[in-house]
Amino acid sequence: MAWRLHPRITQAVAKTLLWALTGLTLLILIFIIVNISIKGLPQVTLSFLSQVPQDMGRHGGIFSTIVATVYLTLLAIVLASPLGVGTAIYLTEYTKEGWATRIIRFGAECLAGVPSIILGLFGFVLFVMKLGLGWSILSGGLTLAIMVLPIIIRTSEEAIKAVPQEYRQVCYSLGMSQWQTITRIVLPAALPGITTGIMLSVGRSLGETAVLLFTAGAALRTPTSLFDSGRTMAVHFYILAREGISMPNAYGTAAILMISILLINLTAYTLMQRLIKRYS
Amino acid sequence: MTTESDKIRLEQLSFFYGDFQALNNISLEIRPREIFGLMGPSKSGKSTLLRVLNRMCDLIPEARFTGRVWLDNEDILSPDCDVVNLRRRVGLVLSKPMPLPRSIRENLTLAPRLAGRERQKMEELVETSLKAAQLWEEVKDRLGDSALKLSGGQQQRLCLARTLAMEPEVILLDEPTSGLDPISTAKIEETLFQLKKNYTIILVSNNTKQIARATDRTAFLLMSQIIEIGDTPRVFTVPRDQRTDDYISGRFG
Repeated sequence: MAWRLHPRITQAVAKTLLWALTGLTLLILIFIIVNISIKGLPQVTLSFLSQVPQDMGRHGGIFSTIVATVYLTLLAIVLASPLGVGTAIYLTEYTKEGWATRIIRFGAECLAGVPSIILGLFGFVLFVMKLGLGWSILSGGLTLAIMVLPIIIRTSEEAIKAVPQEYRQVCYSLGMSQWQTITRIVLPAALPGITTGIMLSVGRSLGETAVLLFTAGAALRTPTSLFDSGRTMAVHFYILAREGISMPNAYGTAAILMISILLINLTAYTLMQRLIKRYS
Repeated sequence: MTTESDKIRLEQLSFFYGDFQALNNISLEIRPREIFGLMGPSKSGKSTLLRVLNRMCDLIPEARFTGRVWLDNEDILSPDCDVVNLRRRVGLVLSKPMPLPRSIRENLTLAPRLAGRERQKMEELVETSLKAAQLWEEVKDRLGDSALKLSGGQQQRLCLARTLAMEPEVILLDEPTSGLDPISTAKIEETLFQLKKNYTIILVSNNTKQIARATDRTAFLLMSQIIEIGDTPRVFTVPRDQRTDDYISGRFG
C-alpha cells in the first residue's frame, strides 16, 4: 500500500527545506564576508592603499598590486571582448546551425573547461618562453584573455539569441541591411547580457592566481610598462599567506579584494538596469 | 512585362521551402492605388505570398521559387534585384504590433536616416507619417516617450506610420488588426481607405468580413492555389467557385 502524505504537509516541508537551503547559502556568504572583514578591515588604511609593499610584504601597503590588478584585468577584457562578442555575432547572425558552428562552439566549451593551472602552463610556454615576452603584464593579460574568452562568447551568444526575431524582421522590412540591424537594434538590445559576461570575466580575472604566477610573475614593484612583471592582489594574498609572511596583511589584501568585487558587481548591476531601461 | 495599368504582376509563381510547396502557380495583377484583398484559411499561403513581394521570403530557410514577379517594370525575383531598395519601396506591416525598443520619434526616423534621407526633413517626416496613420493627435506631445508604452491599437498605427515614413509605393499588411479591439480595427481600416489615394495596398486577412468591408478587389487563396479573383462586391455576392462560397459562408475556415 502506498504511503502518501497530505499535499499541504509536503508543501510545507518543501517550502521549509528550500528556505533552509537558501538561508544556508546566505549564511556561508555572510560568514566569509564577516570573517574577512573582521580580520582584514583594520589593516585597510589610506597608507595601506597608497604605499608599495616593503620587506617582502611584511610592512608597507599594496599599491603596486592594485595597479598590477587593474592593468592585467583591463588588458584581458580589452583583448577578449571584441574577439568574444565578434565570434558570438558571427555564430548567431552570419552562419546557419551546422557542423562548422558546432565545432566552434565545442571548441569554446572545451576551452572553458581547461583547469586554470594548465592555462597558466600554456601561457608560460607560449608567451613567456617561446614568444620571449618573459614574465610580464602582457603575458598575463594574453593568458587571462584566453581564459575568459569562452565566458564572453557564451554569454554574448545567449544575449544575442534572446533578442526577439521580430525585431530583425521589422528592420529588414524597413530596408535596413544586416549590419545596420545588428549594430542599431540587436547589439543594443543584447547589451545587458553581454555586459554580464564581461563582468563575470572581470570577477574571474580578479580571483586568478595559478595563471598569473606562471605568466605575470610576482614582482613587488609597481609595473610601469606592459613588459614589467607584477603581482595582483590575489597572488599577493596567496604568497603572504602561504609563505607565512604576514597574516594581517594577507587579510587586509583579501578585504580589499572582496570590497573591489562587491563594488564591481554593484556598478555592473546599476549599469545593467540603466541599459535595460534605455533599450527596452 | 506589366501593362500600363498594373503595379504588380505575378506570373506563375511557385514557392517552396524545403519539400513544402507554399504557393502553386500563382498568377495575378494588382492595379495601382487599389486595396487588394487576399483571403483564405490558415496555411493557404497568403502570408508567404506577401513576403515574396518584398523578398522577405529570402529569410525563410531553404526557400526556392519559380516564376516571375514584376513591380512596375522590374523583375523583383531576379538575382540582380536590389533587395534593400525593394523593401523601401514595398513596405510590410506585420500582424503583431512590433514597435522597436526606442522612442516614438526614433521608431519613425531610424530607417529613413539609415536610408540617407536628410536630417532636416526628419521632423516633417515624423509629423506627416503620424498624421497619415491617424496617430498624430494622440502622441504629438510625447514623441520622446518609449513606443512600448502605447496601447496595442496605437502601436499598430505606429508600425503603419513607420512603414509610411519610408515613403513606399506599395504597402503590404499581414492581418494587421488580428489582435486589436474593434475601435482600433475600424481606425486602421479608415486609415487604409485614406491611404489608397497615394499608395497601392495589399491586405491579407483571415476575417472575411474585413475583406468585404475594406477592399476593392479580392483573391481567394486555398491550399497554395488561387481559386478566384474579382471585384470584392461581385466575389462576395455571386462567387463563381463553390469553394469560395463555402469559405465566405463559413462552412469551413
